[in-house]
Amino acid sequence: MWDYTEKVKDHFLNPRNVGEIENPDGSGEVGSLACGDALRLSFKLDENKRIREVKFKTFGCASAIASSSALTEIIKGMTLEEAEKVTNQDIANYLGGLPEEKMHCSVMGREALEVAIANYRGQKVEKEEFEIVCKCFGVTDREIIRAIRENNLKTVEQVTYYTKAGGGCAQCHPKIEAIIEKVRKEMEQEAPPVKEEKRRLTNIQKIKLIEETLGREIVPALKADGGDLELIDVEGNKVYVALRGKCSFCPSSGFTLKQYVESKLKEFVSEEIVVEEVRP
Amino acid sequence: MRTVYVDNNATTKVAPEVLEAMLPYFKELYGNPSSMHFFGGQVQKKINEAREQAADFLGAEPSEIVFTSCGTESDNSAIFGTLDSYPEKRHFVTSRVEHPAVMNVCTSLGRKGYRVTEVSVDREGRLDLDELRESLMDGTVLVSIMYANNETGVVFPIEEIGEIVKSRGIPFHTDAVQAAGKIPLNMKKSAVDMLSISGHKLHAPKGIGILYIRKGTKFSPFMIGGHQEKGRRGGTENVPYIIGLGKACEMAKRNLEDENTRVKALRDYLEIKILEKIPNTLVNGDRVHRLPNTVSVSFEYVEGESILLLLSDLGICASSGSACTSGSLEPSHVLRAMGVPFTAAHGSIRFSLSIYNTKEEMDYIIEHLPPIIQRLRDISPFWKDYLKSQGKG
Repeated sequence: MWDYTEKVKDHFLNPRNVGEIENPDGSGEVGSLACGDALRLSFKLDENKRIREVKFKTFGCASAIASSSALTEIIKGMTLEEAEKVTNQDIANYLGGLPEEKMHCSVMGREALEVAIANYRGQKVEKEEFEIVCKCFGVTDREIIRAIRENNLKTVEQVTYYTKAGGGCAQCHPKIEAIIEKVRKEMEQEAPPVKEEKRRLTNIQKIKLIEETLGREIVPALKADGGDLELIDVEGNKVYVALRGKCSFCPSSGFTLKQYVESKLKEFVSEEIVVEEVRP
Repeated sequence: MRTVYVDNNATTKVAPEVLEAMLPYFKELYGNPSSMHFFGGQVQKKINEAREQAADFLGAEPSEIVFTSCGTESDNSAIFGTLDSYPEKRHFVTSRVEHPAVMNVCTSLGRKGYRVTEVSVDREGRLDLDELRESLMDGTVLVSIMYANNETGVVFPIEEIGEIVKSRGIPFHTDAVQAAGKIPLNMKKSAVDMLSISGHKLHAPKGIGILYIRKGTKFSPFMIGGHQEKGRRGGTENVPYIIGLGKACEMAKRNLEDENTRVKALRDYLEIKILEKIPNTLVNGDRVHRLPNTVSVSFEYVEGESILLLLSDLGICASSGSACTSGSLEPSHVLRAMGVPFTAAHGSIRFSLSIYNTKEEMDYIIEHLPPIIQRLRDISPFWKDYLKSQGKG
């Protein structure tokens, strides 16, 4: 059974905005019966050019119906410029996440929106302008590139989960692989990976983090040996602790402190932490 | 919430009598049947009895029964055990609609340099016997064709197939996991050399199976170890499960008539009512040559997973051959091999009954299924298009 969130179940069992608007300002349809899912979206704008009404009809599985319903709720009240910025990830997030294998449902939502907005503007999203990479599901290179960029995809399997491309006869897998490689290279050049800087902690944050780390990483292990540890004080990067139970008279406790507690605090809190033991 | 379980081709309930028979062998009677002492000896006796029950159920000799851990092991053993015995032969014949336990073995054989022929089926899921005949050659090492299909319930003419295969002197294996307990099997009057059975499809627990190997069939053990099962399957016997399966075989033989009268009538009732109450519904597969407990129906313009989840919400447990339920993006290989039109392939649902189902349960399904399909059709963009095209919209 799929592991759907409560939100997905809710939007599947009680889908919002089902139907088709008569004389809509914009409408679009993606997918087909053959592909196993399809979404038809139509909307009407108000006098301020915001989406006043939006409706959908979907053929597909529970997550396809839930994604469509979520999309309509997200874009209601938005201008088209705002709606254009909605990504498939926004749809998935709105639903509290989707199983990765089902991410293509959220992509279908975003694509239908794109087609409907283009329809309003009198443009056409021409599939012919792009190369169809996956013949089984009619997925173009443009759609694959976009999914890779927006979702930071790394493998062919992931591309299949997000776009369905490669989910049929598998003949296009080498092509998809080549696209991934090319796009990832471009992405790296655009934004060279920056080393994540350690967060600067306020004193309160630091003490809280020390407490959490002791509670999670250190105390359970000491307790297993019949010992315990108490946080006495924190001054700058100096952490004062006292050993309790068996540990308090264990000759190797100095070793315990230096090697174990300090390394854990250095790992989870800050490189500069120094641990001092308070003797009774 | 009530549970209406109609997914018996997936697995079945362990019969209370089966569980009862097993329990002592978890508790006080824990001996190893291979031991010399009385404590193991009494267990050995019980294993012999189970072997006789299984043989009786299949119309076989007890010595022809090999207990395995599941249907998949039986299939793998039959295939690799034969291939190993004829290393010079490199051609394998099967069908396009096999269970993954055979189908994926074939894929792996293909990668190892074997030539694999997959015989097609027609729109009704019937095997193309001419294609089968033409595929056989001197280098054919084994033919493995399932007895009955798990998704559609379509039963292949196994004896006719067996005659064709045996006339060329080729070994013949059949995966009878879905057939056992639903249609009569008699190995005494059969052309089958090897036959696989899974315990949990006939009210024994999961984790036990049978491979029937006809006397005189060349076979190299797949699981190499001790002398158990006459050296054909190493490993200490799974005592309680073997005893449970023996009991299940005895019961299955007795219940065969019920299965083909009462259960069949329930299935027919369910099928007719569904077709009557829900328009644009088709039955997948040959309705004449079919297991008495299975019906696969396709509802046009809706998708199977959605149907299953709405059914599940009402406590009704069925399954689907749709793409979304399997985690793949295409409908099941069985429906594709049959060429079920794509308007219907995505909306297929399988109901598979057992002796524990009742008419009242069928009525519960018949009451709740039509509104579910209607609800999903109301959401589907294609339903209205279809109605319009019919001048009804």
